[in-house]
Amino acid sequence: MIEVRGLSKHYGDKVAVDDVSFTVRPGVVTGFLGPNGAGKSTTMRMIVGLDRPSAGTVSVNGRPFRDHPAPLAEVGSLLEAKAVHTGRSAYSHLLAMAATTGIPRRRVDEVIDLVGLHEVARKRAGGFSLGMGQRLGIASALLGDPQTLLLDEPVNGLDPDGVLWIRNLLKSLAAEGRTVFVSSHLMSEMALTAEHLIVIGRGRLIADSSTAEFIDRASHKSVRVRSPELSRLRGLLAGPDVTLTSHGDDTLHVTGLSSDEIGQRAGAERITLHELAPQQASLEEAFMELTQDAVEYHATTATTTVETQKAAS
Amino acid sequence: MSTTTQTTPSAPRHASRGDVRVNQWRVVVSEWIKLRSLRSTLYLLLGAAAAVIGFALLASAAVSGQIEGPRDREQGAGGGGPGFAFDPTSISLSGVMLAQMIIGVLGVLVMSGEYSTGMIRSSLSAVPKRLPVLWAKALVLSGVTLVLMLLAVFIAFLASQPILAGADMDGALTDEGVVTALIGAAFYLTGVGVLGIALGALLRNTAGAITTLFAALLVAPGLLGLVLPTDWAESMSPYMPSNAGQAIMSAGDNSPGLLDTAAGLAVFSGYIIVLLAAAAFALTRRDA
Repeated sequence: MIEVRGLSKHYGDKVAVDDVSFTVRPGVVTGFLGPNGAGKSTTMRMIVGLDRPSAGTVSVNGRPFRDHPAPLAEVGSLLEAKAVHTGRSAYSHLLAMAATTGIPRRRVDEVIDLVGLHEVARKRAGGFSLGMGQRLGIASALLGDPQTLLLDEPVNGLDPDGVLWIRNLLKSLAAEGRTVFVSSHLMSEMALTAEHLIVIGRGRLIADSSTAEFIDRASHKSVRVRSPELSRLRGLLAGPDVTLTSHGDDTLHVTGLSSDEIGQRAGAERITLHELAPQQASLEEAFMELTQDAVEYHATTATTTVETQKAAS
Repeated sequence: MSTTTQTTPSAPRHASRGDVRVNQWRVVVSEWIKLRSLRSTLYLLLGAAAAVIGFALLASAAVSGQIEGPRDREQGAGGGGPGFAFDPTSISLSGVMLAQMIIGVLGVLVMSGEYSTGMIRSSLSAVPKRLPVLWAKALVLSGVTLVLMLLAVFIAFLASQPILAGADMDGALTDEGVVTALIGAAFYLTGVGVLGIALGALLRNTAGAITTLFAALLVAPGLLGLVLPTDWAESMSPYMPSNAGQAIMSAGDNSPGLLDTAAGLAVFSGYIIVLLAAAAFALTRRDA
């Protein structure tokens, strides 16, 4: 469990992270989402004590990271690709990391096999591709069999195989009851991996909710209808709270009515439908919409506005 | 909300894996693995040892007239810096000048290499209290350097004497002050390595730290005489790090331009302690 309270980080006049609070719970993959420069990496660096907060506190499993006697067994982190000396082999790197906390050599071999670096383990890390570097970073993170995992953009540079591997790995680690906190700017990836989302923009918290709820909240659900008898259909569907938008000669986007309802009304009037397809906003769109709000208003205002609307409806 | 109910933070499950706490000794082992797993370490250490031994042989041959020497021996103590004398010990230690630069570079790289590659973030997230990393680096590099440089200076001395004997200028380990001077030279070289680590931690940049170190060791003593009134320069000169170092590796009475051995040791150690303390302060205060 990671608890972030009132966390801020300033670099001179620039505010990188602005009074952010959230909790990352064990048992699910929590996605940390935001555009580039939103403050994701800075927040993650503060969680593991690499950067000192300008204000606020962070605790991991009940206490500041630096107060844990066995840090690697507490939090495994991948904060950027290649936080590795380029002149050292992957094996020696992991061995040196393991030695700080008395992790046996056997475990080093284990994580090397786990991430699939067996063939290149004795080669200098400087010659690694971005994907291999990521795998080495993930191996370091897993080294101490940690209770909490902190991964900053872990899928960067990985091939589709690797992306799938990470996704399954993270889910299985969470299923074991660990806390898994993963940042990404790839919304589509997060939609597949994360059950819970923490979204920040411009250093401020925009959303802290389940992934489903996040998409729900931000999206205007619509139904796409294709029909050769569009004008009759329009008359049938029109009403208060219903918006109809034409796209081309035979396509209509309907908001405010469910696909069931549209189908029934059309069926009753024997109108031919060629397509009746509920449209769900992608996480990408949901995200764009919310971060746009963050630009216009304060993040907190945006969030409450959305919630009030929801409560009113 | 559809989020999971708040479970109690799971209890540590690592009991089965034994004690995985970080302690200073474990960090020392880690730094030892780091030091020996870089090829540059080996090259620089061998280079320093070769410099100490090679230059001792070369200087002995030159001084004893077996090869054409760069200096006119009739002039006596005309060449070199303060304290330069044609005694068998200082001839045997001719290579220290070059070796200190090599060891200094090694010391800087031990720290700045972590910053330039990003390794520091791995190191500090494994040891978030940070200071054990600095102490371990200093300890491991000192240990390795001291052992290797002791070997090198004793070999240099012993191998030079038969050559110097040709000009009847040889000495023996049993001569007064010789062993102290040789140990002093190894200590000085070790100290320069630690100064390199401290500067690497302070400046976090390889080029900057190496430049600063060389300026302090090689340029500063000469610069004093240029920028300060002569008597000030003369009274400050013995306290320059390299001159304080010279004082601990001279056998017999030190020349007027140098402190005596004990004072030299104190001054040189002072530089190490102050810089290491500054590095420790910077390391704990700054964002990595």
